[in-house]
Amino acid sequence: MTGEKKYTYKDMASDQEVRWCPGCDDYVILRSVQKALPEIGRNREDIVFISGIGCSSRFPYYMNTYGIHGIHGRAAAIATGVKLANPELSVWVITGDGDGLAIGGNHTIHVIRRNVDLNIILFNNEIYGLTKGQFSPTSLLGQRTKSSPFGNIQPPFNPGELVLGSNGRFFARVSGNSAKEMASIFIEAEKFKGAAFIEVLQNCVIFNDGAFDKYNDKKTRPDNQLYLEHGQKMIFGAERNKGLRLNGLKLEVVTIGENGITEDDILVHDAHNPDPTLHFMLVRLESPIVTGIIRAVEEPTFDQRFTQQMEARMAAVKEMSFDEFVMAGETFELE
Amino acid sequence: MDGKISHKASTADSVVIRFAGDSGDGMQLTGTQFADTSALMGNDVATFPNYPAEIRAPQGSLFGVSGFQVQIADHDITTPGDDLDLLVAMNPAALKTNIKDLPPGKMLIVDADSFTAKNLKKAGYETNPLEDGSLDAYRVIAVPVTTNTRNALLDLGLDNKSMLRSRNMYTLGIIYWIYGRSLDHTIAFFHKKFKNKPKVIEANTRALRAGNIYAENLELIPTTYQVRPAHLGKGRYRIIMGNTATAWGFIAAAKKAGKELFLGSYPITPASDILHELVKHPHFRVKAFQAEDEIAGVTSAIGAAFAGDLAITTTSGPGLALKGEAIGLAMMTELPIVIVDVQRGGPSTGMPTKTEQSDLLQALYGRNGESPIVVMAAHSPADCFDMAFRASKIALEHMTPVLLLTDGYIANGSEPWRIEKLADLPEIKTREPENRDNWMPYRRDKETLARDWAYPGMAGFEHRVGGLEKEEGSGNVNMQPLNHEEMVRIRAEKVRRVAKDLPRLEVEGAREGELLVVGWGGTYGALHSAVQNMQSTGRKVGLAHFNYIHPMPENTADVFARFDKIVVCELNTGQFFKVLQFEQPGHKYYKYNKIQGLPFTVTELTNRFNQILASGHTIEA
Repeated sequence: MTGEKKYTYKDMASDQEVRWCPGCDDYVILRSVQKALPEIGRNREDIVFISGIGCSSRFPYYMNTYGIHGIHGRAAAIATGVKLANPELSVWVITGDGDGLAIGGNHTIHVIRRNVDLNIILFNNEIYGLTKGQFSPTSLLGQRTKSSPFGNIQPPFNPGELVLGSNGRFFARVSGNSAKEMASIFIEAEKFKGAAFIEVLQNCVIFNDGAFDKYNDKKTRPDNQLYLEHGQKMIFGAERNKGLRLNGLKLEVVTIGENGITEDDILVHDAHNPDPTLHFMLVRLESPIVTGIIRAVEEPTFDQRFTQQMEARMAAVKEMSFDEFVMAGETFELE
Repeated sequence: MDGKISHKASTADSVVIRFAGDSGDGMQLTGTQFADTSALMGNDVATFPNYPAEIRAPQGSLFGVSGFQVQIADHDITTPGDDLDLLVAMNPAALKTNIKDLPPGKMLIVDADSFTAKNLKKAGYETNPLEDGSLDAYRVIAVPVTTNTRNALLDLGLDNKSMLRSRNMYTLGIIYWIYGRSLDHTIAFFHKKFKNKPKVIEANTRALRAGNIYAENLELIPTTYQVRPAHLGKGRYRIIMGNTATAWGFIAAAKKAGKELFLGSYPITPASDILHELVKHPHFRVKAFQAEDEIAGVTSAIGAAFAGDLAITTTSGPGLALKGEAIGLAMMTELPIVIVDVQRGGPSTGMPTKTEQSDLLQALYGRNGESPIVVMAAHSPADCFDMAFRASKIALEHMTPVLLLTDGYIANGSEPWRIEKLADLPEIKTREPENRDNWMPYRRDKETLARDWAYPGMAGFEHRVGGLEKEEGSGNVNMQPLNHEEMVRIRAEKVRRVAKDLPRLEVEGAREGELLVVGWGGTYGALHSAVQNMQSTGRKVGLAHFNYIHPMPENTADVFARFDKIVVCELNTGQFFKVLQFEQPGHKYYKYNKIQGLPFTVTELTNRFNQILASGHTIEA
């Protein structure tokens, strides 16, 4: 079911007024998705966006595709049903740190474990926006919020660790202000067969403004963010002279040209390595934070296994009508 | 399918069990203990021992099989019973010689450890009946009795042979749990009989308890429902269990609607057998998905319904509570899903293996906001087929969630089902739109108010649905005061109009007169028998048994008006009674309720009916 229709990003926008706060990164994400979709080669009628509850979850209303604005935390489960009903569809899950990691945490880990062929975009702003500023499962320790006036005492999840710990096959992280990187990651996620999980570091201008400035701001980003590409050296820095190497069981930031370090010492990113050990180290790194597609290892998807088992049974069981089926076995006639 | 199958249902006021094993297995003792315990608990008992001629025939041989049959009942009985409800076979020979007396659908408990090549050969089996499918018609519970007994007694320092002497007590422990018997009498018996052998007392007591706990952990439920074939109409029949019939009804509905069937479900007693049945049939394009929890069960069904499948979810009371919010979403998005609640004893975890009708109010009102959905109930094991089919038809044609109530009693019970041909079942017309010009997702049918069903893959019908209040027509988010009020009323009216498609409420027995017995769901068999008994004594008593609770059949008020008194009988504290007083006011209502995890017996019903007939004024039960 590849698409034959040609679209521009405008074809992907619905007629509904977008109602996020001015300056919110959600606008950038929406535009990036709308720009990515014409590139994935699918017809609009074969695309479905599914969300839960939260600021991000208004997203489906703004897409001129099929969509469900679900209930809190359940988008991944709804999407599983959509995908099993029609495995040919391109199904996208829109969720946030509260929706996907708190109330919907169970569905998130299981949809990843099963490897349902979905594209899951986690809008991580480390705060509850729609309910007006309570801490979330990704809020930092000590963070003062409406519901933690003396500082948050609940240690946060690292979404990357959670995904890899659930045997995640695809994990990417990207800045919420970087439209171009986002669009390219979304396209790769759609190409990837399996549960593709993308964490967007999304700034909430109202309740948690500046949370990611260190990583996302044009000036500070180069020294604090390493954007990975498969097969490329793990090099970053304003002067492109910093890199990562392995020192024993630890990742180490080194400077090329100092202490005899050359480019040859720098690790090359292998997103396709089935062994997640290095991917774990990369998602845990805080300085620099690692973005880009960190892991992409294809395995049979749940919907493939589901369909294959169904077809194998259809082939194995002699074709039998319902009437034949209910007559099979012990029956008796009454006058 | 309209109306009820006219058969005489005799409910399980009695149970017939046969214990069969090698003559050395202690079957007589086991059977006697069961009978004595039951008698002490107030049952009438009739027993029928069947010894082999030889005192010790060769072990495992056909002629060495010893049997003991016992019938227990809550009323006077004169025979040990004809058809068995439960056969216990301690070895293949016992199975071979006794299986002919066990009707299909009934329960068979075997010691799986005894089905060795040697024993199979002695019994004349060429293949292992536990594996070759020849026992598919029964509810087979294969328990490793020998292994489990030995494990329970390992540290007692007994030799192997002595340990295995307690196999019968392990088995008795299982049966005691299934039928809710106390262990006290049998343990007291051990102390008396083995007064000077403390180790034997300990071994037998431990084995009895171990079997009891095993059955509890397996949540074994007895099959009890029984219908005499002599009273059924003409046709070809098969014996079917309620949960199987439910599963098949959905398969038939999907075929009839030309849809694939999707089940999203999480295991829960006593509903899991519907999942177990549906996972067997991928060749019918049944997609059975075991989800991570109850909520994922129902929400995956909502996703599948949005994507164009006939989507269902199956559960029991606690699971229904978890699904409440999602059912509200299905109601708001007006998507066709069917929720099956196989009711069990509540509240909370309650009594998972016992039957009750206490989820009715939860089914009707257990959601936030104004969220009416269709609620219906099956009245017997075979009726589960019709009701599952009907629920699907209503959901698809009216674009609404439908909640189908069954209960542990009919779900695990079995009875003859008149086999339905697909061609003879009513048509199911789904609501896919064709013309995309000016199409709107909440465009409605003028008669039924059902909206269209456009799903992914249909070009030109792309739209979004969700839990936020909708604007009538466009389906866009809208929170205007008057629009909200209009939408709340439209959704309620849409469900009310389902009544136009429902069969009329039929009255069995007297069509008018002194007393109308009202019931719903799985109590039908007992109510039917009780009303027949009343009729035979010349009283003008009728039975109106509800399959459809919301909305109710349109002629309900007419039926009620024809009787002086109405008694509402339920296995709860009076939930339907409450609903009827509000929705059908102006009648003289009585109620009869039982909340013991047990079905009604005919005797207690007739006693109550006579009491009401004799009373001059309304009495609160």
